[in-house]
Amino acid sequence: MGLEARLASDGYLTTKLDAVIAWARKNSLWPMPMGISCCAIEMMSAVDPKYDMSRFGSEVMRFTPRQCDLMIVAGTVTYKMAHVVRRIYDQMPGPKWVIAMGACTSSGGMYRSYPVVQGIDQFLPVDVYTAGCPPRPENLLNAVMEVQKKIEGTHARDYIDKELLEQSVSNN
Amino acid sequence: MELKELIANKFKENFAEEVVEITDFRGDISVEIKPEKIVEICKFLKEDSELDFQQCVDVTAIDWAKRKRRFTTVYHLLSYNKNHRLRLKSTIEDAKNPEIDSVVSIWSGANWYERETWDMYGIVFRNHPDLRRIYMPEAFEYYPLRKDFPVMGIPGSLPLPEKEED
Repeated sequence: MGLEARLASDGYLTTKLDAVIAWARKNSLWPMPMGISCCAIEMMSAVDPKYDMSRFGSEVMRFTPRQCDLMIVAGTVTYKMAHVVRRIYDQMPGPKWVIAMGACTSSGGMYRSYPVVQGIDQFLPVDVYTAGCPPRPENLLNAVMEVQKKIEGTHARDYIDKELLEQSVSNN
Repeated sequence: MELKELIANKFKENFAEEVVEITDFRGDISVEIKPEKIVEICKFLKEDSELDFQQCVDVTAIDWAKRKRRFTTVYHLLSYNKNHRLRLKSTIEDAKNPEIDSVVSIWSGANWYERETWDMYGIVFRNHPDLRRIYMPEAFEYYPLRKDFPVMGIPGSLPLPEKEED
């Protein structure tokens, strides 16, 4: 960001609060590894030292939805599993984003049959779809970077929890 | 003695009237029997010292679609001590409400296999201790491996969570 040059001079800079918050959010994505079949293996490779997703500010996989803001759905989602995926998504605090990783999650993939949901966008708001069966780790990194681009353009006020705001106003 | 001869003799001595057909395909021996005495026959197959089928490896079924006697249940049996196998088949008369006696009382391992067969083909196993669906949701109304079930399923038969508009 070239911050070092600024430090040498006045020691402050002017920017928008929206930009600072979006910058912080996009560089501290905590993914929820929703690994439900073979795509999960590639997702694990993406965080290993060779591909190292933490270079892009998406470092800590959290196995509790309460600490996550990015859900990577990696694997075939059956109708029975869809309810679990949705429940875990609902437990994640907002703002939150979803990556549909691989052909199965995006469209049902090769499982064109009765038990498999033909695309998780039928029950989840998906931000980025990733092609491949399974996608290579680079492809997942690219998806994460696409999500980051999306976050970059957000405004902090878009995610204000109205109920919480009313509560704090009434408390004061 | 060859396994086929042994099995043929044993059935001849004990259940001559129950046997429909004994076939040998490249050393795999199948015995087709009438469904009524299946529990007795299975008990005999397990307890006879020369046959000694201790394990029921699999239970499944065949849907013949257009035949009058539509469903055939298939049991795969194994003896560790004698190292031989047997396939037991039994065709159910009633195509609309297929029912057959459960063999869980003989091989408790057949419990889940029979549940699976019930789930996929809708064959009722009488005297099964816990005949529930094993793969599909409890509220599902169809039997997916039947030939008249479409591959893509029946729209609306499996509920999805609501998608909130945001």
